[in-house]
Amino acid sequence: MVEMIAQTSSPNIDAVIQQVAGHKGCGTTANSGKASCGSAAGQGDLPAAIWEKVKNHPCYSEEAHHHFARMHVAVAPACNIQCNYCNRKYDCANESRPGVVSEKLTPAQAAKKVVAVASVIPQMTVLGIAGPGDPLANPAKTFETFGLVAQGAPDIKLCLSTNGLMLPEYVDRIAQYNIGHVTITINMVDPEIGARIYPWIFYNHKRYTGVEAARILTDHQLRGLEMLTARGILCKVNSVMIPGINDKHLIEVNKAVKSRGAFLHNIMPLISAPEHGTVFGLNGQRGPSAQELKALQDDCQGEMNMMRHCRQCRADAVGLLGEDRSAEFTTDKIMAMDVTYDLDARRVYQEAVEEERQAKSAAKHEELSKLAGEESDISLLVAVATKGSGLINEHFGHAKEFQIYELSTSGAKFAGHRRVDMYCQGGYGEEDTLDTVIHAINDCHAVFVAKIGGCPKADLTAAGIEAVDGYAHEFIEKSALVWFKKYLAKVASGGIKHVNRGDAQIRQGALISAA
Amino acid sequence: MAYKIVASQCTGCSACEAECPNAAIREKGGTFIIDPKKCTECIGYFETAQCVAVCPVDDTCVIDNSYPRYQPKA
Ligand code: SF4
Ligand code: SF4
Repeated sequence: MVEMIAQTSSPNIDAVIQQVAGHKGCGTTANSGKASCGSAAGQGDLPAAIWEKVKNHPCYSEEAHHHFARMHVAVAPACNIQCNYCNRKYDCANESRPGVVSEKLTPAQAAKKVVAVASVIPQMTVLGIAGPGDPLANPAKTFETFGLVAQGAPDIKLCLSTNGLMLPEYVDRIAQYNIGHVTITINMVDPEIGARIYPWIFYNHKRYTGVEAARILTDHQLRGLEMLTARGILCKVNSVMIPGINDKHLIEVNKAVKSRGAFLHNIMPLISAPEHGTVFGLNGQRGPSAQELKALQDDCQGEMNMMRHCRQCRADAVGLLGEDRSAEFTTDKIMAMDVTYDLDARRVYQEAVEEERQAKSAAKHEELSKLAGEESDISLLVAVATKGSGLINEHFGHAKEFQIYELSTSGAKFAGHRRVDMYCQGGYGEEDTLDTVIHAINDCHAVFVAKIGGCPKADLTAAGIEAVDGYAHEFIEKSALVWFKKYLAKVASGGIKHVNRGDAQIRQGALISAA
Repeated sequence: MAYKIVASQCTGCSACEAECPNAAIREKGGTFIIDPKKCTECIGYFETAQCVAVCPVDDTCVIDNSYPRYQPKA
């Protein structure tokens, strides 16, 4: 823990780069129709009021997710809709990491957990209630938890994820409890398409099926979204991309939610395999490839802010996104803890992070200016092994995930994560780790690592991916841009020929190991 | 006179508990059970058995044949 805080709070460690990718919003204003990584403040073109709300929110601000943490508590197990990508034995595959069962907590236990975690981890700034069920299908537990947390840890931001069915009924309570952010999962705005995703909903003491069910759902989702944004509550929309069902349609969804004031749209790949026991898993519905996902995200990017840093993490995860410290905070340990909540210490820490962010902003501009003058249409992806802090600081063989950056003469743009960890044991039998990694980053031209062995290096080269270990412990974006400049020079001099890479796989096996 | 829950299929999601008009459902060891003395098959409250309608797993809330069907008081 000490190490983690030291890493993220030391100004000179984090003080450079990463900023280009640092905030996803990347200044796509609602109407500009193009993405530009503009402002030095990290705020992009976001209105000040919205930036104020999101800057410390790891799920909304890509920049914040390097510094601030959120936690989810599972107090809402019941759900009121059935999704074909969901197996209710496990957590919601959309909001949380598939295949992991969250520990169910009572509101009192949950509130104590939040206060305990926040008193130990000052960068924990956000509490979410997301699932496993739908928070608004469990309104009593959900709002009791929010109420208790607001008493015990008043500086924590509250947020909620919902399928939207009950939103219109609870918008006023959401506002009353000061819940600043709401995430709605919207997979369609056309009931015919919805009928292929949702077999039924339970509403008003009745089970509705087919197109009728989907019509009620989409109507409530969109109305709920409008009502929330009218009250100044920030709304993010999550969509699960299901090839052949709603992939093209998500562009419509993007327009519909944008016009109703959603400020972020997060398109996630369907995670689907027969072992998951979901309808889609069993009927062979596949998830999208990395290239398909990126193409759709790019199509929507022109429309509004897209979020690419979502790792579909578990609902009860504790820590910075991508890092899980749940084991330190089991219910037994928490109930035994003596908690003192130090508001001042938390504020001091958070202010330090804010300063750091400013410093990074300045550095980004310097780095970008060095690329100025370069002219090339080449744009390519690179993978980076990192433990965080914006550094190339992970060994290839230890990497559980890679960060993907898109390089072009306009800079280095963060494009997402690729998980390669082996939490799926047995999903693909004897599949070799190295093969897994190569599949996962097959669309990249290079992989940046702190260190790599000779064998994997050779295998990567054979697969057409350059292993770059010359920038160990340096800043990701600076290094990537320096490498990219050299790459362009080699292409220009005819030393190498630029070829486009193939597609990559999104790992599907997650459900099996169930921690 | 009652519905029962097939324990091996119950996910323990608790959705039925909140919907039962007779408070006949409670948790027991991670899954949920119906008190046959309280269950009215939702007769007198709703058109369909609420536990059946809300349960995410088909054929988990089922008629318990060891009891006679519920007879609403005339
Ligand atoms: S049938 Fe109705 S009364 Fe009986 S347990 Fe189910 S919800 Fe309760
Ligand atoms: S709704 Fe079904 S799965 Fe959920 S607790 Fe009740 S019986 Fe079990």
